[in-house]
Amino acid sequence: MAATVSTPRTTASGQELRPSPRRPVWMGRPSAGIQAGKALLIAVIVVIMLYPFLYVIAMSFASREAAAAGGFFPNEFSLEAYRSVLGGNVVTRALLVSIGITLVGTALSMLFTTTLAYGLMRTREVPGAKFVLVAVLCTMLFGAGIIPNYLLIRSLGLLDTYWALILPGLISAFNMVVVRNFFMGLPNELLESARIDGASDWRIFTGIILPLSKAVLAVVGLFYAVGYWNAFFNALIYLNDTSKWPIQVVLNQYVVQGSALTSVQAPDIPPPPPATVQMAIIVLATIPILIVYPFLQRYFTKGVLTGAIKG
Amino acid sequence: MAVIETSDRAGAGPSGRADPEPAPEYRLRTRASVWTRMKRERWTYAFIVPGVLFFAVFAYIPLLGNVVAFQDFSPYWGIFNSEWVGFDNFVAMMSDPQFMRALRNTLTISFLQIAFAFPAPILLAILLNSLISDRIKRMVQSIVYLPHFISWVIVISIWQQVLGGAGPVADLFSQIGVDGVNIMSNPDTFKILVTSQVIWKDIGWGTIIFFAAISGIPSELYEAAAADGAGPMRRIWHVTLPGMVPVITLLLILTIGSVLTVGFEQLLLQQPAVGSAAAEVLDTFVYYRGIQGGDWGLATAAGLFKGVIGTILVVAANKFAKRLGTGGLF
Repeated sequence: MAATVSTPRTTASGQELRPSPRRPVWMGRPSAGIQAGKALLIAVIVVIMLYPFLYVIAMSFASREAAAAGGFFPNEFSLEAYRSVLGGNVVTRALLVSIGITLVGTALSMLFTTTLAYGLMRTREVPGAKFVLVAVLCTMLFGAGIIPNYLLIRSLGLLDTYWALILPGLISAFNMVVVRNFFMGLPNELLESARIDGASDWRIFTGIILPLSKAVLAVVGLFYAVGYWNAFFNALIYLNDTSKWPIQVVLNQYVVQGSALTSVQAPDIPPPPPATVQMAIIVLATIPILIVYPFLQRYFTKGVLTGAIKG
Repeated sequence: MAVIETSDRAGAGPSGRADPEPAPEYRLRTRASVWTRMKRERWTYAFIVPGVLFFAVFAYIPLLGNVVAFQDFSPYWGIFNSEWVGFDNFVAMMSDPQFMRALRNTLTISFLQIAFAFPAPILLAILLNSLISDRIKRMVQSIVYLPHFISWVIVISIWQQVLGGAGPVADLFSQIGVDGVNIMSNPDTFKILVTSQVIWKDIGWGTIIFFAAISGIPSELYEAAAADGAGPMRRIWHVTLPGMVPVITLLLILTIGSVLTVGFEQLLLQQPAVGSAAAEVLDTFVYYRGIQGGDWGLATAAGLFKGVIGTILVVAANKFAKRLGTGGLF
């Protein structure tokens, strides 16, 4: 295919387009009916995936009248719902808690995941490393169950502390394998020569390995960050103190279970309709993911596939 | 843990030498070299130890906590002082109608997911792969991956806004004269709803691994099939699908291993809206009975039952896959 002779296609401005993969010679051109069917199918899939997001975002900005009128898209916009949500301290505090847990948790997870991956790189040279690796991989096959985990957190005295949201998921075996596989793909000569030059393990790790692994660190960092941001169940069972709740538990409380949101409102202003308030909370809980997503998604495939290969 | 284990072996070195029958020389040499290697790599252990501690405390110690299943456990007495009751909890569990209902619901939802949610990404991957334009392919991919990163709480919230009693879909129904449609709280269709939610959330993410499998198929195979007169559908059937079989088997093993685990958060979140008759599964049973209800022994027994069966199923499915010659997971 690479040998196909063709003049590069250009846009109106004369700019060269990236060569797109051409239809191989043996593949016939599909009939117009099939092409239209495929296009329609893909359009339907895209709409089903995107419409719920767009609807919620649009409704969160809807004015009182537009929200009451309903319909597939409101046509009058207002920031009332956001003012109300961010004015009361419940949601604002929950957002801050979630941000804090995500930042601290992700940083610690990355530190311990990468160091463990480095330590388990040379299973042949380091006695016991192979055993540890297998023990870690086994945790992907079975877990202890809800009650034993709860009893552990309880007996460690972590109930009602933020550590209960961070420590139990500090290292994920899957992410560790992804990182380790990436490290092992780095040129071994580089590490060997550094070792011969007398560089310490810490030096090799921070000076050579980490800088060369930015791509995989970005993916795994995203996986951890999303995990901490989305933490719901652990927060639900380990935190009885409602003032410590992260955003997902608050979202469950006020949107899924439909409790009334107690927000500080000036008495003469009627509160915005509950539906738009709920939508605003959903949007606020989703925004961080929507922001980081486009930057990192080009690395996904690589991360998932290295992780899928057997350790 | 590993460190202790290997240092034990190293410590056995000198006593091995004192044996009346001397071990073969090569054994002695390996034993001595383990100790030397450990000394040489002592700084590497600094990298391993925190991870070992983490997995020991948060993955392996809780496994021991499952002994609660054989106790009349009370948090007041703790694991060490609670009364041992043998298999009483398991007997009680088996005769508990709520447990049986949870088991039935779990199996039904699992079956629906294997039948519909499992093949969905395979079909989507084949469809997207048939697109010639790289740009459209990539655009669609980034859209369908997105819901994977959204938490279940957000997914359920969003669905409730769209499909719930006050959403646009209910609006649409009332315009054609059907009032009071609330897809989110109908116990009769709940299991279908659960399956659709899983498909919506993870269909895109699931395609990644199938794409990799498809791109590993040599294009000569397609060329040869086309030369033999196979049309697009036949090429998918005779070339693409067989090329994906190893990956499909692999994932099916994992799916079978988790038949007793169905979206815990997903069901826990929706149980208040549809009632426990439709939405109680094993995990929510354990949560409500144990952590909410304080029936620790019985709940742990149910959790252990789930875990043990799951592990047996994975191992068995893996063996079966190896026998079929498609290569197992481990």
